[in-house]
Amino acid sequence: MSEKLFVKGNEAVAMAAIEAGCRYYFGYPITPQSDIPEYLSRELPPLGGEFIQAESEIGAINMLLGASATGVRAMTSSSGPGISLKQEGISYMAGSELPGVIVDIMRAGPGLGGIDASQADYFQATRGGGHGGYRIIVLAPASVQEMYDLTMRAFDLSDIYRIPAMVLADSVIGQMKESLTAHPRPKATLPAKEWAVRGRESGEPQNIVKSLYLGDGEMEAFHWKMHARYQELAEKECRWEEIETTDAALVVTAFGSTARIARTAVAMAREAGMKVGLLRPITLFPFPRQAYETISGYCKRFLTIELSTGQMVEDVRLSVARDAEVAFYGRPPGAGSLPTPEELFEQIKKQY
Amino acid sequence: MKQVFTRPESLKDVQTHFCPGCHHGSVHRLVAEAMDEFGIRDKTIGVASVGCSVFLYGYFDIDVIEAPHGRAPAVATGAKRARNDRIVFTYQGDGDLAAIGTSEIIHAANRGEDITVIFVNNTTYGMTGGQMAPTTMVGQKTSTSPYGRNQAKDGYPIRMAELLAQLEGVAFSARVAVNSPRNVMQAKKMIKTAFRYQVEGRGFSFIEALAACPTNWGMNPLAANERVGSEMIPYFPLGVYRNTANL
Ligand SMILES: Cc1ncc(C[n+]2csc(CCOP(=O)(O)OP(=O)(O)O)c2C)c(N)n1
Ligand code: SF4
Repeated sequence: MSEKLFVKGNEAVAMAAIEAGCRYYFGYPITPQSDIPEYLSRELPPLGGEFIQAESEIGAINMLLGASATGVRAMTSSSGPGISLKQEGISYMAGSELPGVIVDIMRAGPGLGGIDASQADYFQATRGGGHGGYRIIVLAPASVQEMYDLTMRAFDLSDIYRIPAMVLADSVIGQMKESLTAHPRPKATLPAKEWAVRGRESGEPQNIVKSLYLGDGEMEAFHWKMHARYQELAEKECRWEEIETTDAALVVTAFGSTARIARTAVAMAREAGMKVGLLRPITLFPFPRQAYETISGYCKRFLTIELSTGQMVEDVRLSVARDAEVAFYGRPPGAGSLPTPEELFEQIKKQY
Repeated sequence: MKQVFTRPESLKDVQTHFCPGCHHGSVHRLVAEAMDEFGIRDKTIGVASVGCSVFLYGYFDIDVIEAPHGRAPAVATGAKRARNDRIVFTYQGDGDLAAIGTSEIIHAANRGEDITVIFVNNTTYGMTGGQMAPTTMVGQKTSTSPYGRNQAKDGYPIRMAELLAQLEGVAFSARVAVNSPRNVMQAKKMIKTAFRYQVEGRGFSFIEALAACPTNWGMNPLAANERVGSEMIPYFPLGVYRNTANL
């Protein structure tokens, strides 16, 4: 199977989930992600899978928790207001070391906000939006192809590290149609799910999936264990894309949909003879700090672009060398449109 | 000498953390006996809720998932859908099921999830220190209803067994108590029926067990046991409220 298709980003997510072996989906409608539950409600039952339209996002994330605890691959998806409701369950999944994939097709907030594209759930996604001090894996696709590839990757990473994984995109990527090469699931060595709760047939020891730690020092040990796992993730799993950074005097940095527009603006700058490059984080947690460290060793000017008043820019500032300057250009949702390449080119000229 | 009473196989040989006179332990035992009698221990997944019964896995010798407060029916839904050859039950208190988790219980019941729910109604939030629950009796003093539950302000105690019995997805709904030998025998029968319905794949089964919380009621175990009969049963009558076998 390596067909060329023309599909929506949201559909690519759903297709990838199926290809990744996910047969259980639990969700609740919200724009702009409803194509995902719609697709899976149609495609999962014939495959022997289960689609449940939950009573709420709280219900959905806890169904994911329950399914995942039995060792199967399962997924939920939503947008900002629903992701807020899922945070309780995400914290419990993190506390129970459960894998599971959560898709956030970001829309404008806070509150009911609007359905424009937004990147303002960055903190909520990358800081562990629920209680208790944890992180989840966050992947940020910038194309329909990446919606497919990274969704599959999210399932693998989540299983390997026993950490919930989020695919963080916005309504532009979710709703846009592009060509997609739907390739088979890449082979990965995955650990056996010995911890899964399946009933004790065949004399297996009792398995308990829990997040309650009351014994002396147990909770502290849990936190240090997870901390080490997050560090391992940072060492092994950071991903990013660099375009023309090796000789750059200014590096533009952005993720997801804004990175696409920035790419055109960077090409315009190169055309005009300016040494401008692009650094696009693909993993937002772990954040590719090493890429910023390396580049800021020789390039001292950065321009961060986001569809918000600035969130990822904080990670950029924490990652670059001390003497590097980080400028910011933000377009919070509600401006009525996305920034144009010309608009970003103007910003590049200002910072160059 | 003939041994007439033993620990059910599904229960571990451990000391209990429940307070003296607490009925959680009795309900645990009946659930374990039901599992033993159906021989389903090795294919059962328990879903623990938040409350005094959170340590379910410490007593039951089965696989257990611990759910967030109130969400056990959703967690059980996910587990059962993923492993539909397993027996899945939740064990929840009244704060858990009838307050924070109302949405999850009603919708799991309404979907007719093939799970069994054991609901322990002790008219209070036990674990957090005896605050007012949705099942607290009118006039009952608790740490957050120091003047007694006032129906004008606080509403009325919810009768969950009757409420859920209205839903088409429910195969079995009954209320039991464990305050007397007779009621214990009856409770055992009902709990067995609830599990049998799941074994037979008939849909959602629900048992509400009236229970004493001597600690938070500020009563000795005997007085607390008395109260179940004198105050709770008149308002929360025992019986079967829905049984699809009779429809
Ligand atoms: C979201 C959330 N809110 C509140 C709590 C605190 N809490 C723990 S147990 C409990 C009450 C449990 O009462 P009940 O369900 O009646 O069970 P019991 O202890 O009486 O058996 C509460 C409110 C919590 N753990 N999580
Ligand atoms: S506080 Fe109440 S419900 Fe909890 S163990 Fe003690 S008696 Fe039982």
